[in-house]
Order: sequence, then C-alpha cells, then structure tokens
Amino acid sequence: MAASIVVDSVSKQFTLRHAKTLKRMTTQLIRREPLKGSFHALDDVSFSVQPGESIGLMGHNGSGKSTLLKLISGVMRPDSGSVRVAGRIAGLIGVGAGFHPDMTGRQNIYLNGAIIGMSEAEINAKLDAMVDFADVGKFLDSEVRHYSSGMYMRLGFAVAVHADSDVFLVDEGLAVGDAPFKRKCIRKIKDLHEEGRTMFFVSHSTGQVKQLCDRAVVLQEGRMVLDSTPEEAETYLHQVEGEDDDVPGDDDI
Amino acid sequence: MSVAESTPGSRHGLELRDPGGGGGLLDVFRHRYLLKLLVRKEVKVRYQGTVLGMAWSYAKPLMRFFVYFVVIGQVLGLVRSIPNFAVHIVSGMVCVQLFNEVFQSTTNSVVRNKALVRKIFLPRELFPVASVFVSLVNIIPFLVVLLLASIATGWTPEWQTLPALVLGITLVAMFGMSLGLFFSGFNVYFRDFGKVVDVVTTLTPWSVPMIYAFDMIAEQLKGHSVLLELYLANPVAISGMLVQRAFWIPTVEGEPIKDPSVLELAPDLFWRGLILLAASVVILAVAQRVFKRLEGSFAEQL
Repeated sequence: MAASIVVDSVSKQFTLRHAKTLKRMTTQLIRREPLKGSFHALDDVSFSVQPGESIGLMGHNGSGKSTLLKLISGVMRPDSGSVRVAGRIAGLIGVGAGFHPDMTGRQNIYLNGAIIGMSEAEINAKLDAMVDFADVGKFLDSEVRHYSSGMYMRLGFAVAVHADSDVFLVDEGLAVGDAPFKRKCIRKIKDLHEEGRTMFFVSHSTGQVKQLCDRAVVLQEGRMVLDSTPEEAETYLHQVEGEDDDVPGDDDI
Repeated sequence: MSVAESTPGSRHGLELRDPGGGGGLLDVFRHRYLLKLLVRKEVKVRYQGTVLGMAWSYAKPLMRFFVYFVVIGQVLGLVRSIPNFAVHIVSGMVCVQLFNEVFQSTTNSVVRNKALVRKIFLPRELFPVASVFVSLVNIIPFLVVLLLASIATGWTPEWQTLPALVLGITLVAMFGMSLGLFFSGFNVYFRDFGKVVDVVTTLTPWSVPMIYAFDMIAEQLKGHSVLLELYLANPVAISGMLVQRAFWIPTVEGEPIKDPSVLELAPDLFWRGLILLAASVVILAVAQRVFKRLEGSFAEQL
C-alpha cells in the first residue's frame, strides 16, 4: 500500500543571519565578525506513515519536532532528502494566523477557510458545522478583535477541523481552551481518525500521544532515536529526563 | 487540486507529492477565490478606524496636484504653454500613482504577511499578486476624477481612447508588479530593498511628462538620441503619455495654441507601449524564477 507521508533522509540546517540590513552586514564584515551561525535542526531523519495511521512525534524542546512538522506542511523545505505527502493537508497548525481583527467572525471563517485550501462551496456547505463547533454565539457577526482569546482559538479550530484532508497535522494544539472544549476537540480528532485520515501529532505530552496515537517517533537533537509504541516512547523520554535531572539546566534547549 | 470525498477508501492510492512545491504564478489562478478574499480584505481594512475612510488615500495626491498646478503651472508659468494643464497633470499622475503603489505594496507584501508565510503553506506569489489588484482598485477613483475633468474640458472619446487607456494601465501595472515581485523576495532577506523602493518612487513623478510637456524633453535632448531613448524606455513615462493620449489630447486638439508642438507625444507611442509591455512580461518571468528560488527559505528568514 502506498504510504501517506514519506520522510526520506531529511536534514535541515538553520542559518542564523546576524545581519538584517546591508549596513550591519558591512560593519560585521569590516570587524570580521561571523555573518552567519548554523545548527542542525534535523539530521538524516527517515520514516514513513501509512494511510490511516495515527503517529505522534515526540521529543524535548529544540529536538526538531516543529521543524519536521513545518517540512511536512510545506512551509519549509529540507536541505537534503525529501518529504512527500499524499493528498490534501490540513491541521491545527498556525490556527488563527490568517485572522484579521477588523473582520467579523463570519468573514474570518471564509478567509481562513480559503487560506487553508477550502473552496467557497466547501465553506458554504460546512458553515453551520463550523459555527456550531466554534460556539461564539452572537459574536459571529462582530469583529474578531472583540473576541476573548478562547473564542478566537475556538473559531480557528472550528475552521481547521472542518477542512477536507487526507493528512491531518496537530501541533501541540490541544493545550488551549477550557476542559469542555478540549474534550470536544479530542472527540473531533478521533472522528477524523476514524474516517480514515492519517493523523500526525507533535506533542511532548505523553498522555495525549498515548490516548490518540498507535505509534510514536522520538527525536533528540534532530536525530530520530526511537520509532515504536507510545508506551515505549514514554519510557524512553522518562529515562532521558532522569539523566537531565542529574545535570540541571543542561541540554534542555 | 484533489478534493477528497469522505469515503475512507478514496484516501488510498493518492500520489505522493512535495508539500511545498508549486507552479508559481500559475498557482495563484488556481486560488482565485482566496485571491478575491485577500484583495477584498485589504481594500476593506485599509482605512478602517478613520472617519473619512478611503478619502484619506486621496488626500496626498490631491495635495500634490495643487502644488504642481500652482507652483509649476502658475508660478513657473507652464499653464500658459501647456493647454488644459490640469488634465495633462492628472493623466500622468494616474500612472505615477499606480506604479508607486504597486511597486511599494508588492515589495512589502511578503514581509507584511509574515504571520501566514511562517505558519501555513500557500503559494507565496498570492501576496504580491493580491497587492497589485488592491492597487488597481485604489486607482479607480482617480480615473473617475480624470474622466470628469476631461469631460468638463470638452473631451469626447476617439477610437484610440480605449486602447491607449488599457495599454497604459496594463503596462504600468505589469511593470510595477514585475519589479515588485523581484524586490519582495529580496526584501525578506534585507529590509534595505524596501528602502530602495522608497527612494526610487520619489523619482517617478519627475520621470513622466506630466508637470512638463514631453516636447520640452525632446527639445532638450535634441542630438542626444541615446538619452532620449533612455527616457522613452521608461514604461511609466510611456504609459503616462498613453493615458494623455486617451484623455488629454482629445481635449486640446483643434484648439488655438501658440506653439502646437507641445501636443506632441512620443513617436510610435503604441508600438513603444507594446514592446515595453512584452519586456515587462519577460522581467516578470525572470522575477518569478528568482522569487521561487528565494521562497524556499522565507519561513525561516522571517
């Protein structure tokens, strides 16, 4: 069976340019300061995900999880190796990034829906479901800047979870909102999985991964160190944390 | 675009693709609906929170017009040699305004939308293209003012009017977009490029025959054909004259004029317009390739 996500010996190095203007660049050249620094965010990572699988990507801060997610969503490109995805991608990434504060909730639903790749017909068809999910009540037709942060996120989530997709990405997203809304999200995400979508979670909450995934991949300093069950990933991460406790503050970021 | 229906079976057997790949400018037209919403948003929110709304965007050009008309026209006396000087100025100003706006807004378009660029994958060309459309919408009231002023001074349409207007506006928008697309990519790496654009745009009004007649330049550069050709290689100057051909010429033809040579526009005006339009399309194609190369690391640079 053809895979749904293929990550093939992917490496990504970040160049940190210290100069944002030509003037600073010139002064740094004159002072012989380095113009760039770099570090490896991902180092030769390979794995593939089958259609309908639910996989959790785990690791500590700075392990390269978010970078890998950005490569899969297409926002970034790998330096070497390749990332390929089958079908349409949607997910809880950059939720609300396309919102404009001066537009109403309804207008923002349309704009954000189109940003994540929905057609006008698709948005029309799902408008009621999205409005229902967002549960912003009478604020739907008032400007988003009057929203509470909870309402803002709910509206973003509502649009994101209703887009048709084959691959659904979740970026530590479930940490927002109050308990009932979190439950609603998790229920919805389980529904999406049951529909047969490939699910890809990025999380350092082992509880969540255990609850939602049947497989876990662990990254450490950009390298893949484990590809197994969520339970084993939890054990592994606990061990690493244990080592960290011996040397406080070291290696954390 | 593959729209997956909700039956699980259809999800399998999909082709693996590079999620960040895209067809460049052509992709923009596959996202027409989003383009429409982005343009509408920009137009709508631009002057929200101000009492006079859109009117503010025309306060500056109106001020400029009066300065030109009073200082250059009355004080320096050009109003006596250029008939219907006001329409002569406004015809040129339409092109200058459009070029500057397109150039500035496309150059800043990627940086301005960095929240989206960093988080969600979209064909990034959408942002420059949306800026061009927003500028085109903003120029409409200018054209209305120009039309009314021309009618008030005896304008009647000729067969050249529409082709001249369409060619002029298309040329200046296309040229502005091709430069803007080029600059918008570099501006992500070095914000200096935005500043370069600010400087260039202050020159635009002087590079177009609007506060002086083209004939005066032709007279000055007599015997310096290279310099004259250089002047005429500027698409903004040519489109300014095309718009003058559409609106100003019909209001002054057949009037008793002291020195009729001020009515002369660039020779082979339409041909020059078409050639420069073709050149702009070539620049656009090159800019697109450069943009595509730079785009790969926009997300990490912003």
